[in-house]
Amino acid sequence: MIHRRGIAFKLIVFILAGVSITFLAIFGYNYLYSRNLIVKYVEENAKNLAGRTVSQIDEVLSSVAKVPQNIAYFLENASYTDEELNNFLRSVVRDNDDIYGATIAFEPYMFGSGRERYAPYFYKDGTGQIQFSDLAEEAYSYLNSDWYQIPRELERSLWSEPYFDEGGGNIVMSTYSVPFYRVEAGKRRLAGIVTADISLSWLQQIVESIKIAKTGYGFVITKNGTFVVHPDKKLVMNETIFCLAEGRNDKGLRELGRDMIHGKSGFVPFRSTVTEKMCWMVYAPSRSSGWSVAVLFPQDELMADVTHMNRTVLIIGIAGILFLFAVIVLIARTITRPLRLLAGAARTIATGDLDGHIPSVTARDEVGELADSLEYMKVSLKKYIEDLTEATAARERIESELQVAHDIQMGILPKVFPAFPDMPEFDLYAMLQPAKEVGGDLYDFFFLDDDHLCFLVGDVSGKGVPASLFMAITKTLIKTKATKGLGPEVILGSVNQDLSMDNPSLMFVTVFLGILNIRTGRLAYCNGGHNPPYIIRAGGALETIETTGGMALGVMEDFSYQSKTVTIRKNDSILLFTDGVTEAMNERHELFSEKRLEEVLITLEEPSVEELIQGILKKVFEYCHDVEQTDDITMLAIRFNG
Amino acid sequence: MTKHRIFLMAAVFLFCIASHAWAAEKTLEKVSFIPQWVPQAQFAGYYMAYEKGIYERYGIDLTIIPGGPEKSPSDLLEKGTADFATLWLTTGIQLRAKGVPVVNIAQMLKRSALMLIAKKSSGIERPEDMNGRKVGLWGPVFQIQPRSFFKKYGLEVREIPQSYSVNLFLRDGVDVASAMWYNEYHTILSSGINSDELTTFFFHEHGLNFPEDGIYVLEETYRRNPELCRSFAKASLEGWQYAFDHPEETIAVVMRNLEREHIPATAVHQKWMLDRMKDLMLPDASSGESPGSLSPEDYYRVAMGLKANGLIDEIPGFTSFYLGGVK
Repeated sequence: MIHRRGIAFKLIVFILAGVSITFLAIFGYNYLYSRNLIVKYVEENAKNLAGRTVSQIDEVLSSVAKVPQNIAYFLENASYTDEELNNFLRSVVRDNDDIYGATIAFEPYMFGSGRERYAPYFYKDGTGQIQFSDLAEEAYSYLNSDWYQIPRELERSLWSEPYFDEGGGNIVMSTYSVPFYRVEAGKRRLAGIVTADISLSWLQQIVESIKIAKTGYGFVITKNGTFVVHPDKKLVMNETIFCLAEGRNDKGLRELGRDMIHGKSGFVPFRSTVTEKMCWMVYAPSRSSGWSVAVLFPQDELMADVTHMNRTVLIIGIAGILFLFAVIVLIARTITRPLRLLAGAARTIATGDLDGHIPSVTARDEVGELADSLEYMKVSLKKYIEDLTEATAARERIESELQVAHDIQMGILPKVFPAFPDMPEFDLYAMLQPAKEVGGDLYDFFFLDDDHLCFLVGDVSGKGVPASLFMAITKTLIKTKATKGLGPEVILGSVNQDLSMDNPSLMFVTVFLGILNIRTGRLAYCNGGHNPPYIIRAGGALETIETTGGMALGVMEDFSYQSKTVTIRKNDSILLFTDGVTEAMNERHELFSEKRLEEVLITLEEPSVEELIQGILKKVFEYCHDVEQTDDITMLAIRFNG
Repeated sequence: MTKHRIFLMAAVFLFCIASHAWAAEKTLEKVSFIPQWVPQAQFAGYYMAYEKGIYERYGIDLTIIPGGPEKSPSDLLEKGTADFATLWLTTGIQLRAKGVPVVNIAQMLKRSALMLIAKKSSGIERPEDMNGRKVGLWGPVFQIQPRSFFKKYGLEVREIPQSYSVNLFLRDGVDVASAMWYNEYHTILSSGINSDELTTFFFHEHGLNFPEDGIYVLEETYRRNPELCRSFAKASLEGWQYAFDHPEETIAVVMRNLEREHIPATAVHQKWMLDRMKDLMLPDASSGESPGSLSPEDYYRVAMGLKANGLIDEIPGFTSFYLGGVK
């Protein structure tokens, strides 16, 4: 399709396609490279930030955890009274700012004074005063509380799931529980659980203070996946990340949540559930609590500079391509407009109008050259046509003259057949087919007296007008010299003398001349360098008429010609011909040759003289097919009827 | 003219009296109702019947007393503070055996939602695997089925009192936990454990189907107005059907009610609960059981379980206990 379009179109398509591909490659590489750079930078920063935040959290948790650990150590290794224990616990709560409350909860009957359950609890009330209560007096048994039961069953210390403190006014708390043991009768037995409660408001402060770009944020989930800190307050202490995932039908989020609660860390792409923006999320676990801290980095905001740069590059690129488009259109037009005009002019010239104006092209480029060439072509063509017109006129004149010459030449040959209708003794037929308008072959026949028929075939060297003139001279001379009672050798010798006498152009003619006695069939003949004729005997046998060793006429003035005789019997035929027959060529430059001629003669059965000649001619033309005739073809045949 | 007018006035007067009397007959019956627990999706049908005016259509002007940890529906029923209450079938039988004249007018749940759950990671895949393992159990009423289960499979387990939270189980403090299918089971899934990581033992699959929630009234209430009781049961069932047909609207109502009671809740969890209630209430549509009915088989299975565990001395008669049969 495209090869049918104009130059302008091709230029635009190919150049713009090439430029666009190059530009897109550069743009794409630039985009990916800068993006990767940012991602790498963000990942590094994110991991650092998450690591810092987690260690900050772990620092606080570990320092708080040390308090109940120390109390447990004390309980396992020291003896104490009821009062000492209470005072000790009270001072612990009073002296530790981070600790909201602390309890020492005993296993049934493990506190000395015979009580089944005992769990002194000191806590700060709303005004900061230290209050006391015995949890054993609560309706719900502390033995079944998570903070007691889980470390009891697991026999290890741990942070509880955060919970809302109902007494202290909506603050999120978590309790660190440490089991302590007593050796009784050589057996280590659980004696109770020491706890310290802390408010998690500092955790919220740490995580909420994380501000990444405009909308980035941090959040914390517990080991159950419950949100402890999250910008969406409805989620906090209410939903788990798995509920959120179920509500959003987001399996990926559930898997991510499982990785988080299983203490894994990572850096993953993540769609924020708050802003619904694509973010990078880094997450890492707090070692002491098992909670997972995540920070979200909004991609579009962090990529803003890259995006801005890429947008600018893209705009510049598109503007450049548009500019290039305009330039190509302009250039293409300066090329195609004169081309189109020149094409029009060339078409005008082609119609033969050579006076048409060739549009002038000022540019000195290839188009200018083309315009000059066209102008030169027009002038040359005009001159050539003028010359040609003259030449054609001249040739036409010559041709018409030649046509006249042809007519004259043909006119001097006897052409009416049968030539002697009142002579039953023999039949005669002859033909001459010149290769050009006029030719150098000749034939003739006439009676010398009542009984003697003189006949001849000749071939002048060369062709065309000189040959035809020489032929006319030869024919006239023979007709003049052949008089009654002269033998063929005398006639030819006389003609030879005349032709040789003044022959500046050094032309010659081969002649076979025979004189047939139509009563007896005796044929006297003289061959002046001509192809030996054939005698086709009545039975079909073919004979070549023996040569007389004569030379072509016009070569040697004093040449002495000899004659011979042969007897022609009833129904014998004589065929005279020129080399135009035997030397006719086909496409492969192969000659028709005597061999083929003889084959034709044998093939033709009992033909009339006319049939014989026309038959040979037909075969010659078939053989030559389309090849132009190069030599005159002349044949003469006589059939002796006795 | 005057004659005509008097006649007309008299006609209008008579018509007024008549219509007034008819209206008085259609006066709504004022009654109160308490579900066992907070207004979660476990009771969505009653709240939807209330919201959509279905009780009014049945001639009931209902007040719903929101349940919760501080309110015992059986106490309120006994004292007459509430006319209708939902109770577990076990609770209902216990009350009646104790001499509190309650009757069941509709057995809403057909299947027991109580179940035991273990983590596959603890190696428990069959009942036998529980031998010697720690099993978390709730209070007495919730222990009948597990204990029968242990007996059935000849298991010796270490019973650990289980609190309302599932954290003990999540932290591997117990190997097996008690759970309600519509509640704790989903809480566990929502704590990041996948269902294919859990082994579940539904009691109804182990021949221990103890149907749970049913509607109860005092015998006296029933005797005074059996039509009202039937209407209440019918309206409640209709409310449930509406809730199942309109889950989104229902969840919105449930969430609003919970918010009003300041109870933290998530729509996802409530949706799970509503879907499970449907499974429990209409377990097998092809069984031909009419909704709200209680079969003697189920009744005696539960009563005998109670007696075997020493929770009742005598099994109350079925026909005097169950006066439902909503047609």
